[in-house]
Amino acid sequence: MGRREVVIRVRGLKVGFGDRLVMDGLDLDLYRGEVLGFVGASGAGKSVLTRTILGLLHKRAGTIEVFGYDIDKLHPQEKLLIGERWGVLFQEGALFSSLTVRQNIQTPMREHLNLSKSMLDGLAAQKLALVGLPQDAADKYPSELSGGMTKRVSLARALALDPEIVFLDEPTSGLDPISAGDFDDLIGTLQKTLGLTVFMVTHDLDSLYAICDRVAVLGHGKVSAVGPIDELLLSEDPWIKSYFHGKRGVVRAGTAAKRPAERAGEGRAQFDRVQGGGR
Amino acid sequence: MSVAPSVTPKTGDDGVVLSLAGAWIVAAGRALETSAASLTSAARGARNAIIDLTGIERMDTAGAWVIDRARAELAEAGVQAAYQGARPEHALLLQEAGYRPLEPPKQVRTSPLLTLVAAVGETVYTAGLDLIDIIDYLGEIVVMWSRLAAQPLRWRWTSVAHHLEIYSLRSVPIIALINFLVGAIVTQQGIFQLARFGASPYAVNLVGVLGLRELGVLMTSIMIAGRTGSAITAEIGSMNMREEIDALRVMALDPLEVLIMPRLVALAIALPILTFVADMATLAGGLIVSWVYAGMAPEVFISRLQSAIATETFLVGLIKAPFMAVMIGLIASTEGMEVRGSAESLGRCVTASVVKSIFMVIVMDGVFAMFFTAVDY
Ligand SMILES: Nc1ncnc2c1ncn2[C@@H]1O[C@H](COP(=O)(O)OP(=O)(O)O)[C@@H](O)[C@H]1O
Ligand SMILES: [Mg+2]
Repeated sequence: MGRREVVIRVRGLKVGFGDRLVMDGLDLDLYRGEVLGFVGASGAGKSVLTRTILGLLHKRAGTIEVFGYDIDKLHPQEKLLIGERWGVLFQEGALFSSLTVRQNIQTPMREHLNLSKSMLDGLAAQKLALVGLPQDAADKYPSELSGGMTKRVSLARALALDPEIVFLDEPTSGLDPISAGDFDDLIGTLQKTLGLTVFMVTHDLDSLYAICDRVAVLGHGKVSAVGPIDELLLSEDPWIKSYFHGKRGVVRAGTAAKRPAERAGEGRAQFDRVQGGGR
Repeated sequence: MSVAPSVTPKTGDDGVVLSLAGAWIVAAGRALETSAASLTSAARGARNAIIDLTGIERMDTAGAWVIDRARAELAEAGVQAAYQGARPEHALLLQEAGYRPLEPPKQVRTSPLLTLVAAVGETVYTAGLDLIDIIDYLGEIVVMWSRLAAQPLRWRWTSVAHHLEIYSLRSVPIIALINFLVGAIVTQQGIFQLARFGASPYAVNLVGVLGLRELGVLMTSIMIAGRTGSAITAEIGSMNMREEIDALRVMALDPLEVLIMPRLVALAIALPILTFVADMATLAGGLIVSWVYAGMAPEVFISRLQSAIATETFLVGLIKAPFMAVMIGLIASTEGMEVRGSAESLGRCVTASVVKSIFMVIVMDGVFAMFFTAVDY
């Protein structure tokens, strides 16, 4: 991994509900510019971990540092700055139900920046195009969207301020495989072009193979294994084994590890096309 | 903080070279827009333009968009603009996140007068629909009631008991307090105003008749419309929003039977009980004020009360209570079923529920007053 900058550092995290501990002394590092995939059984606490890092849930013990700031000791001013530097795609979308899609995407820009209306509209249209939605979706309300569209709009809103970190909670669940693939491509492109850091909770094995630099496994309230996917494929842990080599994982295991390299090549090819196109 | 975005134009032999520098990121805000505008204005009129990206420190999707938009605008104005010296990631960004012309949204122009007339018409129309809705529900509920009346086991007694506790037991303190105060105020004003005629003892008649016939049931109904009606609308409305009602329907369960009936039954039981509590509290308020304020001994108050009121006086108030309850419950649940996707719509329906039920409570009270006068009860 080298001596890369750590953007999120979690140490000894304990989170519980009632007398049940969901996180029990969890340690985690997220490096700048990487895509970290997070897997774990349903109910293992992936969403709880995400929400705790975002400061939405109280922790019982431990420290969380984001961009080097301890999130327990933030001044309101620093909180505001951090709010501009991360974007979140919640598991259920969490779109503002009384605003249109366009207004949803514009909300962070409108609140944090001073931009003209035409610029706001243009950027909203651009974000919609980025996440692969037609322009006529802009005037719809969240209750008029399908599950997959909700995910896309939510991603568009998360990307509105061009954040440094995005948190994605099961971004591709509920999407058709083609859209899920496009989603992966978009995340991959943004990571390469913007140096985006991605914290992605996912059950989508394709996403794990395609774009994740490292994969962390959550089990028993701790990160039970973390590393590039080929390392995890060799793991002897029974849960990890059945996750990657189970009924649904076995097909992909053969094509593992080749994919990220291929993808980087594709990026290069696209770039050559741009240069050659003489734009 | 990063360096602000900037543009340095240099006119050469075959066109302008526009050298960009700084951080072209959305955090720059207005600076980003003004730099992009200067990009366009600097090259306007030239034949060719080269946009040199070598000096760019950072670029994000917003930056790529404004640069690409400037290029597109120049192309439209007949200036051939091309990029030069872009880093691989910036070139990819310009391609993926670049400017795409979007057709301007179609603006439908209507005259304000027409809009106003249309709005009025729509309001009247929806008011009519509301009424039909409520009658519709009432009909369905009567049908269901007659169907279920024969099978008391199918009544959801657990649910009824649960709601009865929330609607009646939990409202007792506030209802008692409010009516105690109302009784005290009416008595105090009665004593004060009637003293001019030397008739202050008749304040007992005032609080007795007014309290039992009208105020007890009215205050209770209004309080319940605000407290319980809003809760029913919010509960049913948010279940509606999250497809919970649809889930019931596809299980072949009737939301009317599962959700609305138990609430209506609980309300119809709760409101008379609460009205009784309210009546007692009003009289207690009257008694205390007459004692403290006019020095009338409690025994005197009670014997005067006995001669002032009859059983009917008490029953008139009580009879109205179940009707008020059904009215409040019906309005609250129809409004709940009206809630559509957004949180805003939920808020609107809860407000409408409270306003409509309070209005209808007062209208019904008026109708009852006329009715009781007509039948001389
Ligand atoms: N607000 C809450 N109150 C009580 N328990 C909760 C709450 N939120 C989550 N949990 C529990 O924490 C565990 C982890 O949940 P979650 O993080 O949502 O799982 P997942 O890994 O599928 O995202 C689950 O057992 C869940 O029941
Ligand atoms: Mg989850």
